[in-house]
Amino acid sequence: MKKITFKINNKKIICTPGTSIMEAAKENGIFIPSLCFHPDLPAKGNCRVCVVEIKGYKKLVASCSMKAQEGMEIKTNSPRVIKSRNMNLELIFAEHVEKCPTCISRIDCQLLKLAKRYKLKITEFPDRKKYRKTYKFANAVEIDGSQCIDCGSCTQACEILTGINYLKLKGKGSSQEIVPREKPDMLSGLAARKKGFACVYCGQCALHCPVGSAQEQVDIPVIEKMLKNKKSDEIYIAQIAPSIRVSIGEEFGIEPGKIVTGQLIAALKKIGFDKVFDVNFGADITTLVEADELIKRLKKKKSILPMMTSCCPAWVKYVEFYRPNLIPNLTTARSPQIHLAGIIKTYWAKKHNVNPKKIKIVAIMPCTAKKFESARKDLRVNGLHLVNNVLTTRELAYLVHINKINLAKIKPQKGDDLLSDHTGAAAIYGGTGGVMESALRSAGYFLNPDKPKLGKIKFKDVRGLEGVKEATVKIGNKTLQVAVINGLANFNKIVDQLKKYHYIEVMACRGGCIGGGGQPIPTNDEIRKQRIKALYSIDDKKKRRKAHQNKTALEIIEWLEKNDLDHKVLHTQYKEKFH
Amino acid sequence: MDILKKIEQAKLVGRGGACFPVATKWNYVKKAEGNKYIVANGAEGEPGVKKDGYILTHHTKEVINGINLALKFFKAKRVFIFLNHNYTNAESQIKKEIGKLPIEIIYKPQNAGYIAGEESALLSTLEKKRIEPSIRPPFPVESGYKQSPTLINNIETFYNISLVDKNKFSDKRFYTVGGDCYKPGVYCLPDNWSIARILEETNNFPRFKFFIQHGGRASGEVLNSTQLNQKVRGCGAITIYKQDSHDSFNFIKNIINFYAENSCGKCTPCREGSYRLKKMLSGTKMNWPHFLELIDNMEASSFCALGSSLALPVKSYLKNVNPDFNIQL
Repeated sequence: MKKITFKINNKKIICTPGTSIMEAAKENGIFIPSLCFHPDLPAKGNCRVCVVEIKGYKKLVASCSMKAQEGMEIKTNSPRVIKSRNMNLELIFAEHVEKCPTCISRIDCQLLKLAKRYKLKITEFPDRKKYRKTYKFANAVEIDGSQCIDCGSCTQACEILTGINYLKLKGKGSSQEIVPREKPDMLSGLAARKKGFACVYCGQCALHCPVGSAQEQVDIPVIEKMLKNKKSDEIYIAQIAPSIRVSIGEEFGIEPGKIVTGQLIAALKKIGFDKVFDVNFGADITTLVEADELIKRLKKKKSILPMMTSCCPAWVKYVEFYRPNLIPNLTTARSPQIHLAGIIKTYWAKKHNVNPKKIKIVAIMPCTAKKFESARKDLRVNGLHLVNNVLTTRELAYLVHINKINLAKIKPQKGDDLLSDHTGAAAIYGGTGGVMESALRSAGYFLNPDKPKLGKIKFKDVRGLEGVKEATVKIGNKTLQVAVINGLANFNKIVDQLKKYHYIEVMACRGGCIGGGGQPIPTNDEIRKQRIKALYSIDDKKKRRKAHQNKTALEIIEWLEKNDLDHKVLHTQYKEKFH
Repeated sequence: MDILKKIEQAKLVGRGGACFPVATKWNYVKKAEGNKYIVANGAEGEPGVKKDGYILTHHTKEVINGINLALKFFKAKRVFIFLNHNYTNAESQIKKEIGKLPIEIIYKPQNAGYIAGEESALLSTLEKKRIEPSIRPPFPVESGYKQSPTLINNIETFYNISLVDKNKFSDKRFYTVGGDCYKPGVYCLPDNWSIARILEETNNFPRFKFFIQHGGRASGEVLNSTQLNQKVRGCGAITIYKQDSHDSFNFIKNIINFYAENSCGKCTPCREGSYRLKKMLSGTKMNWPHFLELIDNMEASSFCALGSSLALPVKSYLKNVNPDFNIQL
């Protein structure tokens, strides 16, 4: 394709037509600040922090939305630009009531970073949003209006990435406000018309908020109090999700995609957890339960197909509220965090002769919806909540920071017990397609446990960031049509043709859990790819890469069956939700 | 000769205020592919401008004829007359002229404000989306209503198109004269007349100390009584202010308040800028340099023309009418 040539700060730049000035600058190592722009979303030009001066243009121009054109002469640091950019930053800062000392977003806050970079006077104008409301969505996500800078990324993420359109901008001018759209609205969304709207807690609003106005509901104070008042007969267990070991390093200046499992375990121990278990073990359990169910469904004559994954709690909530007709399609397998916690509070407690009520489990998750999942009453065992608290990747990073631990320098440790043992199949759970791939690796085993066909290890068609991926897979003499969805909005693309599939994986967040609503900010496709690559490298290095090769997992499932706990710990059922 | 050729020869310019050549716009729409839509813009959101309402009631037939010429020329699917909600009384009259043509009247929502008349915001309004301007390009001529090529012309422009077709167009335009004057109203007079001449010929030239604002009572430029030997800008409105009854503070305050109330909220400089300006004027201490910096910033970095337009009335007022205002306060 023909290239175009233009200048930024007198430097000759060559790029493909259609590139925005901001992209072109970035490609050439020229920094242009921005707040409302996120590469996941179409440019909006709202914040006006990325303004540049173009020769011959009367007004300054937003570089996020203006395409570079042949012969343009652009200045990113002229006196006019500096003046305007700083004033817009000051105006934005005055919208945002600073709660930095106790705000977990201070590590990632893009406004704070820019304020420091440009040495802004942050008290130029009095706060104007002090009395704005905070909207809380279950125990998972919240939007604190007093911190909102009106960039519009949360509503955009909710509409474009998640496709539920739950958030909307109400009012206009300086009184406009992000609010939940709860009542039925005839103007938008098909499925929601009758019931109205409901949040699925995916946290994409939080992941795309530059200033922590949309944020997870923070459990840090609870955890701090818990750790401080720990009684001698209590056991505190942290369990770490598959995807956070490849992302949390970013919060400590480590490059994306670096695996920091050992450092993470060491940090958690130092903070005060007695044991650190790996949710990867839970993932192997989930695979075994799910693959078994898949084969059973395929063998039975009148069973409900396609079977759909259910380890993404945002997806589950979406089905329960927006598409209750699909509830029978969801696998009955519980999710990895619930599987592991259930096993800890039954099997492990029994083996170690501990009262399960004395065990407190904190799950470190890439996800805000996992908070909601952990509090679900239908996922208790014998009336006991399994996961007591969920911390997102960002929250844990904050906790590690305030404990003055540098993850980059701490000496790595190993996880505890057999429950940290896992196969390569579990490691890839954190990326889109991973759950599907893991189940398929073990499906041959369940088809014929005595003579398992080895089957493929890599399922390339289900990998990658494409929103809808399809594959045809042969298992035994059966040919399966499978689909993998990442980014909940993409489910709408296949919803009319579900019948052609046997098995569908859906992850609400782009890229799967490595792009989860609780992950470090920024999260973008470049970073997502690095994180996924790291997960596959864990898998590649494993000798055992199929869940059914995890002997401990098989033994524990057997133990649960013998003790009549298998249904309680491994399975669940869902009901339609009305809010 | 087809209508586009006639428009080209008559050198028609748009009468919404920007004076964009009509033929150029028509050519863009002509070249674009797909179903075509037409919007006759009668949003008339700027205070002090009444000519579109006047033309619609007094020259209904010509306006609809102009629209129909475009309708036929582009083989458009539908036409929307986007109308200020104050003009409901003209509805039956307009509908009579429309007859069976595919022309629909859509009223500008009451709370929509000034911005709803801006082309891209107008399209959002028609599509029942949030009323705010959107990123251009693509321009409406390529991707407008429902992503289809859309011709948006002002009511007066369509009136002129009708005249051009009948070879009756004679470089006249409609002026709204108002404010502290003897004979407020809408006048159709030659395009090249100066402000002074318009005021004289309509018997509106004040015999008291005054200043004027031309091109709308919000965004128009302010001139003193010695600066009237120039053409009227924008949408052709002249507002006369008796100097003694309009003190500087309130004059500026009214303008600022209008912008604060009409900002859609999309971009920082306009939303926050107009809010802070308003707050500053109602406060006790006034930092004028900072005040002017905010205005400059709105002009330089606002998303759309509305935010940028605040600077002209305030700065021209301070320059032309009350140059000492700064010092006084």
